[in-house]
Amino acid sequence: MENIEARVKKIVAEQLGVNEAEVKNESSFVDDLGADSLDTVELVMALEEEFECEIPDDEAEKITNVQQAIDYVNGHLSK
Amino acid sequence: MLENKVALVTGASRGIGKAIALELGRQGAIVIGTATSDTGAAAISAYLAEAGIKGAGKTLNVTDPAQLDQIISDIEASFGSIAVLVNNAGITRDNLLMRMKDDEWDDIMNTNLKPVFQLSRGVMRSMMKARWGRIINIASVVGATGNPGQTNYSAAKAGLMGFSKSLAREVGSRNITVNCVAPGFIDTDMTKVLPEAQKEALTGQIALGRLGQPEEIASVVGFLAGQGGAYITGQTLHVNGGMYMG
Repeated sequence: MENIEARVKKIVAEQLGVNEAEVKNESSFVDDLGADSLDTVELVMALEEEFECEIPDDEAEKITNVQQAIDYVNGHLSK
Repeated sequence: MLENKVALVTGASRGIGKAIALELGRQGAIVIGTATSDTGAAAISAYLAEAGIKGAGKTLNVTDPAQLDQIISDIEASFGSIAVLVNNAGITRDNLLMRMKDDEWDDIMNTNLKPVFQLSRGVMRSMMKARWGRIINIASVVGATGNPGQTNYSAAKAGLMGFSKSLAREVGSRNITVNCVAPGFIDTDMTKVLPEAQKEALTGQIALGRLGQPEEIASVVGFLAGQGGAYITGQTLHVNGGMYMG
């Protein structure tokens, strides 16, 4: 299985329509990758589906860059 | 055409909702119509089957949020994602403002307005993923003109128009359109209860000089749902025989 970082980056690239090469760990969805608020909601939906988890709204709001998404998935998948 | 797209129509046992269900079915959609009673749901299943339309009638009380979530997941499991949502279910609790009880106000908001928000939210995920969706809310001419005795009903119907505009702006980029159809004075059970004198007075204000038929509302809903309506969003289409001209 691909590691989580690669899977997260792939989803981010797909959802936001950017090249995977542009997706760095520190990339902010809104400031660096051009996401609008609806894009970020969709991105969370896509992460939920990929990792078969439910991300509560208050947690989702805190995920604003790639690393935070990776951290969230890492922190919740192991449970 | 709506070939094999899944359409959910609330309040489909009779009147305008029934005509809409049949129209969407005629365009090829799989139609799920809801009614408040099991008898109503059975009647929907029966008329769909008779017309050779795929789908089913289901019992739904739109004021129960758990039932709203349940029906969406049931439909997705049995038929697939909902592509067309027609919020048609509605009631009246007419009274002069000075006599209106809180529960007459609340009943209208809880039946005519709040479930539209809840159902729209419920279908949004799959519409966004599909990059295609049609939400059509059945408003009313009185939401635009006002009508004595209907402060509650007209507030809810005007609420649908504002709701539709905002949601249209939110999700337009995902190829989801959100519109209202505002019927005028249509020949249904809801208007049959009006006193004869009031009916005559109302008819006098209609340029076409007659009540509308449910099918004349359904055809406009069908237009918005289909390819013809693809570039229309955030609008209220008034279908009232010239009773009110925007």
